[in-house]
Amino acid sequence: MSGPSLMDSLFQRTLEDLIKGLRQQLIGEQAFISKALEEIRKEIKSTDLSTKSTALLKLCYLSNLHFHDMSFAAFHALEVLSSPRFSHKKIAYHAISLSFHDSTPVLLLITNHLRKDLTSTNEFEVSLSLQCLSRIANVDLARDLTPEVFTLLSSNKLYVRKRAVAVVLRVFEKYPDSVRVCFKRLVENLENYDPQILSAVVGVFSELACKDPRSYLPLAPEFYKILVDSKSNWISIKVLKIFAKIAPLEPRLANRVVEPICDLMRKTGAKSLLFECVRTVVTSFSEYESAVRLAVEKIREFLVDEDPNLKYLGLHALSIVASKHLWVVSENKEVVIKSLSDPDPNIKIESLRLVMAMVSEHNVAEISKVLVNYALKSDPLFCNEILGSILSTCSRNVYEIIVDFDWYVSLLSEMSRIPHCQMGEEIENQFIDIGLRVKDVRPELVRVARDLLIDPALLGNSFLHRVLSAAAWVSGEYVEFSRNPLELMEALLQPRTSLLPPSIMAIYIQSAFKLLVFCLHTCFVRGGSTAGVSASASYESFDDLSIENGADSTVAHGQTCTSAPITNESIVNLLKLVELALSPLLGSHDVEVQERARNLLGFVDLIKLEALNSSGQEENESERKGVEATKIIRLVHDAFSKELGPVSLTAQGKVPVPDGLTLNENLGDLETICGDIELPSSNTFSFGYPSEEKDVLSFSNLQIKEDSGQSNESTSLLAEHRKRHGLYYLPSGKSEVISNDYPPANDPALQGDNNDNASDLVKLTAESLVPKRKPNHSKPRPVVVKLDEVDEKPVAVKQLESRDDSLSGAVRDILFGSEDILPTSSRSNLPNSNRKGKKKQHMITQVESKENVVDDGNSSSRRRKDHSHGKERRHRKKNAEERNETDRKEKESSSNHPRRHKSRQRAEEPLKVPPQTSVIPDFLL
Amino acid sequence: MIKAVMVMNTQGKSRLAKFYEYLSVEKQQELIRGVFSVLCSRAENVSNFIDAESIFGLDSRLVYKHFATLYFVFVFDSSENELAVLDLIQVFVETLDKCFQNVCELDIVFNYSKIHTILDEMVFGGQVVETSSSEIMKAVEEISKLEAASNAISLIPKSASGWRSR
Repeated sequence: MSGPSLMDSLFQRTLEDLIKGLRQQLIGEQAFISKALEEIRKEIKSTDLSTKSTALLKLCYLSNLHFHDMSFAAFHALEVLSSPRFSHKKIAYHAISLSFHDSTPVLLLITNHLRKDLTSTNEFEVSLSLQCLSRIANVDLARDLTPEVFTLLSSNKLYVRKRAVAVVLRVFEKYPDSVRVCFKRLVENLENYDPQILSAVVGVFSELACKDPRSYLPLAPEFYKILVDSKSNWISIKVLKIFAKIAPLEPRLANRVVEPICDLMRKTGAKSLLFECVRTVVTSFSEYESAVRLAVEKIREFLVDEDPNLKYLGLHALSIVASKHLWVVSENKEVVIKSLSDPDPNIKIESLRLVMAMVSEHNVAEISKVLVNYALKSDPLFCNEILGSILSTCSRNVYEIIVDFDWYVSLLSEMSRIPHCQMGEEIENQFIDIGLRVKDVRPELVRVARDLLIDPALLGNSFLHRVLSAAAWVSGEYVEFSRNPLELMEALLQPRTSLLPPSIMAIYIQSAFKLLVFCLHTCFVRGGSTAGVSASASYESFDDLSIENGADSTVAHGQTCTSAPITNESIVNLLKLVELALSPLLGSHDVEVQERARNLLGFVDLIKLEALNSSGQEENESERKGVEATKIIRLVHDAFSKELGPVSLTAQGKVPVPDGLTLNENLGDLETICGDIELPSSNTFSFGYPSEEKDVLSFSNLQIKEDSGQSNESTSLLAEHRKRHGLYYLPSGKSEVISNDYPPANDPALQGDNNDNASDLVKLTAESLVPKRKPNHSKPRPVVVKLDEVDEKPVAVKQLESRDDSLSGAVRDILFGSEDILPTSSRSNLPNSNRKGKKKQHMITQVESKENVVDDGNSSSRRRKDHSHGKERRHRKKNAEERNETDRKEKESSSNHPRRHKSRQRAEEPLKVPPQTSVIPDFLL
Repeated sequence: MIKAVMVMNTQGKSRLAKFYEYLSVEKQQELIRGVFSVLCSRAENVSNFIDAESIFGLDSRLVYKHFATLYFVFVFDSSENELAVLDLIQVFVETLDKCFQNVCELDIVFNYSKIHTILDEMVFGGQVVETSSSEIMKAVEEISKLEAASNAISLIPKSASGWRSR
């Protein structure tokens, strides 16, 4: 039996052999490693600890540098740990800190080993076990080893003591109750004169203060002393970190501390400390003018430094100041703009951020021009960075800083033509968004869209496809502003459109549809026969909205007619073109493309006869047919000319749920019944069906019951529209119901009505007298339609917070002395029933607090909207689910770690106890 | 708090990896690859920072230094000072240099345990406990002695028994 193990240990490869073998790579790395792992698996089972530990070391190596899982060796690591030899122990500890984590099954078996080594007389052994503890401690380990750590906190070996101080951080985090035992000693170490200890303690406090600064305010005098006396830069930096967190909480403290920090800033030669001072001042002392000035002076030194690190940090500091003192940035404008062409990507990005911070409505045009030039010259990555930040800055707060939208729209198109531009999606969104929101810009938008569409070269660039889809949509939707619809039509149907992806192709076809309808309408209904005119007059009379639109388009048409008259002949050509371009698409594999092509061709079929007839024949001959076709044209035109308003993100939620319709319960069941049948499709069907039927009726009979209410008709038409342009609507059919409620963009009549109905917030910015690019007259900023967005629903992060709360609660207990300190052991032995009661109570409070959050969110939305049940319900349900989820988790975790709740529960109480101001000792006042 | 220390060569081979929170080996590998892919695209003589938030998540910063064929990378959060950590890398490399007399990549390859020992003397559970390279050297030497001593005891009986059995 001892034979093989002996042979193993004799001829065992050491780690060095393993590394050498790996480097020779005779059989390939992977093969070699798997062979080595096989050996290790054998060797690690050996009873000889030397063999075992060598195997473990090799395994660590393979795990650490070649990423092989070593969790299988957890127990073997423990066995090696029990060896009396230091070298074995070291390997075992290394293995454990590499591979152990909270759910390692043998984790708790380590407690006694750790305890033994923590009390060892050999400082290096103690250090090893502390190191291990700092990596793997969980609640139980932290709890069980707190007494040992406590003892070590006052060890007279510096080497051990500073590590004990450092390990406290992890112990506190995992087991907040240990604060009661260890905190006092930790604080005592703050008064230690040894810089090493001090450095460790201050380090720990800076970590603690990061998470919960308020609890450490009472220690301010100690920190202050360290700040003033410290000779070590490292310690000073850490103390500054602490003050950066706690000073803003207590103005008197800030008053007191700001001077020493400035002194430090003036005196120090170390860049790291200098930078920390600067950062502290600009983040936490930004209201102290003189300090900020001094800091800015230092920042300037950084900015002109040769070292790119300092330059970068200088810019970084500048961007922190920028939020409160923009003048600082403008003062250093030159350096910042010059840095845009720095070879260092970090510096470029930081300076870009700063440039964007300087943008205001006065200089946005200038800055954008400069930036676009930079974008043209720079590498693709930075180019897109620039474009992205221009886009996001300009669109911030619904285009707050944009006054001249004509300029902005042309900037968008210019940006999309930059070769490296990959921001197609964002540009697409903004094109459409601006089209919907800003009525005045539409003519320019259509012109820009035309330029984009008409250029066949752009179709080859796949990054531009999204932009083109927006351009196509815009030119279809706002066709009445087009100078030459025929030309646009050709652009939309050009052969190179086959390069587009199907989804965008579909938009092209749909836009072509709209264009065609517009052309036909202008030709036959409006500009055509007397019958057409009278018909259109009568039809206008029953729809108030379309008068508006109609008037608009007549005006537009009046202009366009001169440039490109739409004659019967051109219509005939147009129809031919459509047929030619689309017939191949009838066999398209993409459903959208195929269907839309079919729609359009079907329409052409309906119209064609009349178009051809009326070109040559007398009216009375084809009167009956002609009237029919005109009616079709009018109808479809009417559907398309209905204006779209911007859709609020939360619009769906505002659809009232009809009485007796219980949405929530049934859908849940459906899921289990239907299994993997696709739900959404059945959903849209059920909603789409009634309106579809209406359409069918109206189209086939052409008997529109006008008295049945225009609302009905327009709803159905709008529904039809909505169906076709599904891309630009919210995905669910439900929103159809409320579609009528949207006022068309800045329709004056409706605006008046809606003033009290806060669903639409139309924001009128003050007229700006900023000089324009067109010098003749300054025009007011166009109206931008805004919808109030209901705030993002509050996400409860209770779960996360509570942990920290328990820690800070414990810390406060100690510092504010609200509770006398009991030894942990007596606490953890609380009777079981008591613990449970507390837990339950805790859960209830948590649930209640969540309810409140939800209610708050809803009541505010209710105030704004008078019909908002649907959203609420869904909200509620979701929240209820979440709640259940958390409750379940709560239960699960509570069954695992019953003690956590107890401590959390207790921690909540002292929070309200201390009046903060009284805590700062008098010396600071 | 220091989150991770990595040393990798210019080919992207990991030479040392230390994460101060538990991460699965797959995740470690992914992070190291992520860091390397950014590092290798950077020119010489640029700043020593990388945007780490895209790789390591919020509130993480990264500084690195390039020496010969090796990158030394430290990842940390907002409670450390960037320039101080750069100095720390310097201390680390200086210590290695003292330890191996003109350290080169091979030294690091073949002294896996020792490198870890040195790093552990400097950074303890994510916190910096020692910044003086001579102090670190002292401790490392002591530890080496201890190891050697405990191994020496083991060698004699083992080899003796080995000979006997032949």
